[in-house]
Amino acid sequence: MADMVPVEEIADAMFKMIKDAAGKKQYKSMDLQKAMKELYPGRVDKQLCKAAIKQLINSGRCIYTYFGGSYIELPHVEGAANPEQTET
Amino acid sequence: MADKTKASGKLDELKKGPYPSFVKEIEAAAETNKMAHDLIGQLELSYDEKLCHWKHGGIVGVMGYGGGVIGRYSDVPEKFPNVSHFHTLRVNQPAAWFYKTDALRKICDMWEKRGSSVLNVHGSTGDIVLLGTTTPQLEPVFNELTSLGFDLGGSGSVLRTPSCCVGPARCEWAMYDTLKYAYEMTMRYQDELHRPYFPYKFKFKFAGCPNDCVASVARADMSFIGTWKDDIQIDQDKVRWYAEERKVDIEDVVVERCPTKCMAWDGKELFIDNRNCARCMHCINVLHLALKPGKDRGCTIMLGAKAPILEGAQLSSVLVPFMRMAPPYGEDEATAEDLPELIDNIWELWGEEGKNRERVGEFIQRIGMGNFLDAIGLEPQAEMVAHPRTNPYVFYDLGKDEEEEEDE
Repeated sequence: MADMVPVEEIADAMFKMIKDAAGKKQYKSMDLQKAMKELYPGRVDKQLCKAAIKQLINSGRCIYTYFGGSYIELPHVEGAANPEQTET
Repeated sequence: MADKTKASGKLDELKKGPYPSFVKEIEAAAETNKMAHDLIGQLELSYDEKLCHWKHGGIVGVMGYGGGVIGRYSDVPEKFPNVSHFHTLRVNQPAAWFYKTDALRKICDMWEKRGSSVLNVHGSTGDIVLLGTTTPQLEPVFNELTSLGFDLGGSGSVLRTPSCCVGPARCEWAMYDTLKYAYEMTMRYQDELHRPYFPYKFKFKFAGCPNDCVASVARADMSFIGTWKDDIQIDQDKVRWYAEERKVDIEDVVVERCPTKCMAWDGKELFIDNRNCARCMHCINVLHLALKPGKDRGCTIMLGAKAPILEGAQLSSVLVPFMRMAPPYGEDEATAEDLPELIDNIWELWGEEGKNRERVGEFIQRIGMGNFLDAIGLEPQAEMVAHPRTNPYVFYDLGKDEEEEEDE
């Protein structure tokens, strides 16, 4: 069995994808998983990809967003948010 | 900013009539809550202009979560600054919606302090829906909810909060323990509930009998509807009592209304051809003291229902005709122990091959039921029907139609 890719490396590769596409394309979890399977053939599986996404979200490097469907993006202040109400 | 706590104009119409009025409730909340105050103003503006002034989307949860919060912003924040953020939170309800009054009181106290003080109990999703708060309040609200023993529910492309009917807790018709399965599925699939991994939403609903009080056949991607395998239990003395003492016209209201016409009444005895019974429960509902479901009980699993959002509405169709939901389990029958594998197979296929925003029912329509069953490893069965007396997967007249077309 091939050596599996460490979760941190998968998370970094996913983060690069999301960062490079910011403002141009939104990725869903499954898009990221499919991309990782192409990038590391036979060396990643669903559980590793889920763990990498969890790490990205829990660390605050990425956030989930909703625009018709659920996506993973870089954190940002909503354009629609009123700055006066955004302050704690 | 509109300076009023009372609705006027078109909203007045929604205060009339004998029924509870959400406008009256928001007015009451507006006396002490600024958000509710501005909510009335924006609602009036929407009714006057016939335009929705909410922008939807963006923020979806608290730290680590991808669901449970529905982001909502006003597009007229200069007029109504107190509702410029008006996010909704879904709170995972307990199975069958049983609460101690103390729990509800604490949620309400928290929401008066941190939100608009307006809520739905319950929303159509089944969750408690807390209506309207600001972005900085999301984490504090979540912290207080968890300290009260509650969690956020599902929103977005996740497993939505599983819901169930009152089941055996209050209903004699429950064929299996709906509360147990709603709870177990909620706990088992926490990851899928909070972290979006699907092409689109996915809903479980557990109905204890074919009366389907949670409308799972119309709303859930995967419905679990209680049913039985053996014969309906009949107390003929009670049937005659209905006819003689209660003056029930059994021929008219029972026999004639049986969808499969599997019953007969000779004035003394009721006969049921159980082989042709579709388990619709109509006769049992009418003669509930005389008829009872059989004793060999379990559930039918159906797949593919959805409300019309992107495409039209669909009802679910049969996937597993009978699954035993409580031991003792037989060797050659589907049992609740097979459920995790079945669900994983469905999610795996739909997750990999489903298009963005494609519900599982639409996915099955696109790839074909035969291919779907093949891919998830289920053998086709004659009972896999969309509704009684039809089979959507077998086209009996196909050859005949082709011949006729050739003749033309």
